[in-house]
Amino acid sequence: MEWYLPVIWAALIGTAVAMYVILDGFDLGIGILFPYAGNERERDQMMNSVAPFWDGNETWLVLGGGGLLVAFPKGYSVIMPAFYLPIIIMLLALVLRGVAFEFRWVSHSRTFWNVAFAFGSTLAALCQGAILGGLIQGVKVENGAFAGGPFDWATPFTLLCAIGVVIGYALLGATWLIVKTDGEVEARGRRQARVLLLLVLLFMAAVSLWTPIAFERIATRWFSYPNIAFLWVVPVITAIVAYLDWHWIYEREVLPFLASIVLFLLGYLGLVISVFPYMVPTSLTIWDAAAVPASQIFMLLGTVALLPLILCYTGFVYWLFRGKVREGEGYH
Amino acid sequence: MHLDPELLARLQFAFTITFHIIFPSFTIGTAAFIATLLVRWNVTGQEHLHRLARFWTKIFAVSFAMGVVSGLVLSYQLGTNWSRFSLVVGNVIGPMIGYEVLMAFFLEATFLGVMLFGWKRVPPWLHTMSAIFVATGTAISAFWILSANSWMQTPAGFEMRDGIAQPVDWLTVIFNPSFFYRLPHMLTAAYLTTSLVVLSVGARYVVAGRHWAEARTMLHMGIGMLAILGPLQIEIGDQHGLNTLKYQPAKIAAIEAHWDGSGPGELVLFGWPDAKTETNLYEVAIPHAGSLILTHTYDGTYPGLKDFPKSDWPPLIWPFFAFRIMVGIGVLMALSGLVGAFLWWRGTLLEARWYLIPMSHAWWLGFVAVICGWIVTETGRQPWVAYGILRTADAVSPVPGSSVATTLILFVLVYGVVFASGIYYINRLINKGPEGRASEAPETGTPVRPLSASTEAGAEVL
Repeated sequence: MEWYLPVIWAALIGTAVAMYVILDGFDLGIGILFPYAGNERERDQMMNSVAPFWDGNETWLVLGGGGLLVAFPKGYSVIMPAFYLPIIIMLLALVLRGVAFEFRWVSHSRTFWNVAFAFGSTLAALCQGAILGGLIQGVKVENGAFAGGPFDWATPFTLLCAIGVVIGYALLGATWLIVKTDGEVEARGRRQARVLLLLVLLFMAAVSLWTPIAFERIATRWFSYPNIAFLWVVPVITAIVAYLDWHWIYEREVLPFLASIVLFLLGYLGLVISVFPYMVPTSLTIWDAAAVPASQIFMLLGTVALLPLILCYTGFVYWLFRGKVREGEGYH
Repeated sequence: MHLDPELLARLQFAFTITFHIIFPSFTIGTAAFIATLLVRWNVTGQEHLHRLARFWTKIFAVSFAMGVVSGLVLSYQLGTNWSRFSLVVGNVIGPMIGYEVLMAFFLEATFLGVMLFGWKRVPPWLHTMSAIFVATGTAISAFWILSANSWMQTPAGFEMRDGIAQPVDWLTVIFNPSFFYRLPHMLTAAYLTTSLVVLSVGARYVVAGRHWAEARTMLHMGIGMLAILGPLQIEIGDQHGLNTLKYQPAKIAAIEAHWDGSGPGELVLFGWPDAKTETNLYEVAIPHAGSLILTHTYDGTYPGLKDFPKSDWPPLIWPFFAFRIMVGIGVLMALSGLVGAFLWWRGTLLEARWYLIPMSHAWWLGFVAVICGWIVTETGRQPWVAYGILRTADAVSPVPGSSVATTLILFVLVYGVVFASGIYYINRLINKGPEGRASEAPETGTPVRPLSASTEAGAEVL
């Protein structure tokens, strides 16, 4: 019990983060691509394609943070102060882009909230990438508390991760537009998706090379025997999916989006392989950081009952709003 | 310059949570209001109810967005600014927040999409169900977060092991001693706040002679709620006070500015609690009234501030004044409901401009009362963050003061822009009224009749 509860919880929080990255990823991606739209009508179309979903998508971020507090309070109390500035800036960026969804429709001049939406979305993605990179490279911990400086996270590696996440989200956004819009917006989505796909692969390759070179533990994890005998599959599948995605972008409607999600999940899986079993590399494992079993069990019962229900009605709402965005459907 | 991380962290949290509470205290009630309108529309088929629901949905959407994003901030600030708090009580508080996310946040966020964008896409019953889900979600959210807050005020069902609070009995944790008072007090406050806003908007239209049918419905629903919930809230508040006296006597002593616990308590109407002389300056007080309220006897005694070591005193000024403002507004709101109900019963409500004009400007009173109430209970909990378990000073993150100061400034700037815009847009939506469309130029379709004629017509409808 003591041993596998933290593993279950790590898997659950990992799932919540993956859900967040995919779901909010495409709607942040819409914001990142916002400046490239031709006119207000196209921007309306882009925004309407995500407007019914963004709030639910962002809730996965609350679940990720909340879940961390529930299941790994010691990890939560180290990670949050360690990334104090990027986290708060991310939250402020999310505030700006979140209210833009509503404010844009009721303001005189849309320009201000267009800029807020694009800027907020991009900045939030940058911060998330920086936090991800900072976590992979490790955090200084003494006596169970964060003991580093406010800018410890800021390294060339985190910059690479930050830009990588922005580009990745933009790819999800572009392929989402292929699914949900038509006309010029859809056509531009296809053109952008091709370019973004190449860039994403470039960044994935860069991170895959950088991490084993810079971090001994990651090189050992991937290239020592017998690990390598299984792990070579991950990059090979990634290459195959990327190849298919490239072709589908101009030929299919939903498949490019799905393939891009799979690419994201593979990248995510790669990072999990690199980092496991650390919650905070290299000082806290998931077992060090875990809450007492009484808390983990109590919350697990609720999660087992409620998470399937949440997935059902989330799926139901996506199904309700299936198909291309219809003109004038909002309540505005 | 030395920047005190604790003080800055407290300022920052006070600022972000005060900003946040404005929106739930409005959206909890508005969601229920819209759901009620839609149900009534489904039953009666009256078109103005549908127009009204659409109109309030626009206002709701703007407010809800601000509530969501400012709430997201809070869930992370517990860690960024109060990491020692998360560590020490995380095992107990964490699951309550977790259940809030799973039971409430997903429900309201997901069905909000249907509520806002499903008008034409889904059948009316499903759309109405979505509004009900959103309203239920907001109330469930209040349940869990107030349970967590109540536990911080009156912790129960746990034991301390190695300096960490560990759950022993979850039911005792969740239904801790102050929960049954705090939850109804806050939910009622939220419904009252919304009712006053609804009443105020209705009054505004009647005074301007616009949107008759809608205005009448708003007036009646607003007044009805205020007249029932206003007096009820005073009773709940009284019971809540007795509960606080039992579990947090120092908070009551600070609220009442009661120094000497050996004699019967007076009710201090005005004064300036002074820590140095341990008396109230410029005091105006009614002898024995404090004892009557808190012990329900003429000569009853209850602890005064002098009974506690100074290191356990809450701040004196905040709870004292915020409490008086909250109670004053509460009484005003109950009265305005009762007066309105009387006018409605007499059939003179729509002509009573002496009543309607002040009401049309009174929309903000509930928000001030809610904020003051939270100031009372949160500053009154000091110097503890979790009462008797962890002092606020020991709960702060190991983050330099300069970082906290920088982000505090950013919060003030961003929230300032967002709040000012939000209020401005909501006001514009209200000016345009139920039939206007938000993205269009001034409406043309609404008949604006001369005031005298419309007043008569309104009175006839009534």
